[in-house]
Amino acid sequence: MNKIYVIHLRHYLSSPPCFYSGCFMNKKKIEIIDGAAAIARGALDAGCDFFAGYPITPASGILGHMLRELPKVGGVGFQGEDEISSIGHCIGAATAGAKAFTASSGPGLSLYSENLGLAIMMEIPLVICISQRLGPSTGAATASAQGDIQFMRWCTSGGYPIIVLSPTNIPECYHITKRAFLLAQRFRCPVFIATDKETVMTTESVSAEEMVKSPDWPDVPEAPIHSSLEPYQKNGRIYHYTGSSHTTEGHITKDPGILAELNDKLRTKIEHNLNELSLVKADTQKDAKTLILSYGVSSRSMEAAVKEIRRKGMKISSLIIYSLWPVPESAIKKSLKGIDKVVIPEMNHGQYRHEIERLVENNVELISVNRVDSFLISPEQILEAING
Amino acid sequence: MAENLPDTYIEEGHLPYEFCPGCSHGKILQALSDSLKQQKLDPTEIVLVTDIGCVGLSDKYFITHAFHGLHGRSITYGSGIKMQNPNLHVVVLIGDGGCGIGGHHLLNAARTNTNVNVLVFNNFNFGMTGGQHSVTTPLDSVTATTSMGSTDAPMDIAGTAQVNGGGYIARATAFDKDLPSLITNAMQHDGFALLDIWELCTAYYVVRNDFGRKEMLEYMSSLNMSSGILQKTERPSYQTAYAKIQKKSSENKSMSGLILEPMFESNLKEPVRIILAGAAGQKVVSAGNLIASAAALSGLWTTRRADFPVTIMTGFSVAEVIISPEPVLYSGIPRPDIVALLAPAGRDKIKKRMQEMLSKDVVYFADGLGNVDTEAEQKPLAFPEAAKKDIRKNIAALTAGYLVKELDIFPFGALKEAVRQVQKPKIAEINLKVLTVYE
Repeated sequence: MNKIYVIHLRHYLSSPPCFYSGCFMNKKKIEIIDGAAAIARGALDAGCDFFAGYPITPASGILGHMLRELPKVGGVGFQGEDEISSIGHCIGAATAGAKAFTASSGPGLSLYSENLGLAIMMEIPLVICISQRLGPSTGAATASAQGDIQFMRWCTSGGYPIIVLSPTNIPECYHITKRAFLLAQRFRCPVFIATDKETVMTTESVSAEEMVKSPDWPDVPEAPIHSSLEPYQKNGRIYHYTGSSHTTEGHITKDPGILAELNDKLRTKIEHNLNELSLVKADTQKDAKTLILSYGVSSRSMEAAVKEIRRKGMKISSLIIYSLWPVPESAIKKSLKGIDKVVIPEMNHGQYRHEIERLVENNVELISVNRVDSFLISPEQILEAING
Repeated sequence: MAENLPDTYIEEGHLPYEFCPGCSHGKILQALSDSLKQQKLDPTEIVLVTDIGCVGLSDKYFITHAFHGLHGRSITYGSGIKMQNPNLHVVVLIGDGGCGIGGHHLLNAARTNTNVNVLVFNNFNFGMTGGQHSVTTPLDSVTATTSMGSTDAPMDIAGTAQVNGGGYIARATAFDKDLPSLITNAMQHDGFALLDIWELCTAYYVVRNDFGRKEMLEYMSSLNMSSGILQKTERPSYQTAYAKIQKKSSENKSMSGLILEPMFESNLKEPVRIILAGAAGQKVVSAGNLIASAAALSGLWTTRRADFPVTIMTGFSVAEVIISPEPVLYSGIPRPDIVALLAPAGRDKIKKRMQEMLSKDVVYFADGLGNVDTEAEQKPLAFPEAAKKDIRKNIAALTAGYLVKELDIFPFGALKEAVRQVQKPKIAEINLKVLTVYE
């Protein structure tokens, strides 16, 4: 057992092979798990007691876990006749006190859209995981992509702000899902988990400890920003909830003063709390002139590229954005200090680049690294983009 | 509590109704209030769910809980409420318009027998938006959108719920004296209940079609339809059935992950990217899992993913495994280091990626699959003599064993341990026997 096994295969990069000291070799417990299971476990550990969803690759794994697990703990897991019904069930259940959850992919998000507007207007706490796949319509069923980032942001008529979190790996799938439930309760609104086929369906060995130990993220306060949703219950107070413009008692109104106040509240409860919602991982180096900025699965290739660049003795900074929406503007601006080149890898045609464009000074060069051919963006592709 | 029950469930301060003169909506709402009184229900245990159309204005007239949602989706909200809290009584008030746009929900709610009570305010057209035709508009009727008469067959809402297994289905008119008791019976039934209540839209349908109470009844008989209870089944509601599932499931253990504790060692310096390419039924994915798990048991980090057609029992089956001394960041394999070809379908699927391979890389191939277009070295999967008679059956385990021996990344014992820890005992027993050919 103590025999030393050696293999002389070359690193995929054309650069000279790197020699690890072996100190990374893992001796601790590992878990073999995929993103779907991590997300489902995160939901259950967050106290989720209601899930309704409709099968769609690459989100069906989450549906399967939730429908199997929820009845064990007295919760309800339901497969609706379509995504409209599924999210409708979630919203109904939430008004009866459920911590509700649904999961789908882009085509399902299309069908969620009208009810997302309702959830925003009714101020329903709800968590929605979107496992992105490539292309409009059926697209390339099923290849990984990040093409629904702007769709999540603008998923409703009226155009109200929404919270979107995006994990980059399996332990983060777990922790971000838990966080999404806290934010949904605190802000009384739908919260998206933006993930993708690769993250949800690839099985990995991960540190068992990382699956349990919370990342170094600021706590989400428990108190609601305005008020908690009061569930319907026998012998409680009477509650009226409506998707129409309403008074605080839930009665429909067209009073311009009340309309303005309500619509402003839906916006400001999120936009006035940007700092609290901001969640990023900045890995900056003093005097670095280039910043790579990414999110979701593409940040993993970014991290590989960063390692390679630093191994060669060059300076580079990187920023992972977990809280895609609302845009963590302060954190992004902070990481832009002294930077003259920003590289943005994303598996779409440059959807998040638009958000960065408005935050950079004129003299900063923006470089998009995009891929929409079913393959992940590789570290090499990022390195090539940096080297021009 | 009974002495505190209200005389009416209508919020009298909000009266009069804003419905048009002669509109039947108020009659049905009064029947609902009377029924709730008959049932001696506390207002806090009732949720009225409405959606869009004039009927959607109803909830504010009640002293009960209320949910006002999107057109045609009210049944889904009501069903969700009832699933979360079966102690609440859910009454859905929906129009014929809602039954059109939400027809899919209606027939599936009947199928699932979810315990909601649906009162259909069926007035044969869209009252709120100007009298356009709906799914129940009678043939040849004039509406805002069928000025020459409707050409469509009307939908039988009660009949639709009936044939799809709804628990308690009745047809009625807003003028029926027994409407309160029909509503009561529906609400007392454990299962999906629907009352298709025919009524008059005086603003549009009545005036355009000379359609009054008498004509409505004549129309019903002309379709050979009758009023009253159409169906009553004893099938338990979704909620009752699900409570049993919850009870049964609670005996099962909650989900737990597959935890492995490294017990072997490896001195791998760089990531190795392996693709196993075969066909459905060869257990290619399982072979990839074994290699990855064995690597994990040797202190290495792994990713693995599977690719196969949606018709999973046919065509290619490809397993991609990365083994690395460091956590794997980039899980793609645009160019594998090692390939094992087990079937033509798999070989063809990864053809392009084999063209990317370099001379230091290796393609191992099963019988008849050699000679591929690649720079990589090509070597046969030379299984030991002892394995030869059952190669077809055991090809996945044999290939896993062969690669572990050949690549020498971690001890062979790690593979055997992976079989023991990861696979089901029966399969593990078979595979451990297969692997003895390498010892």
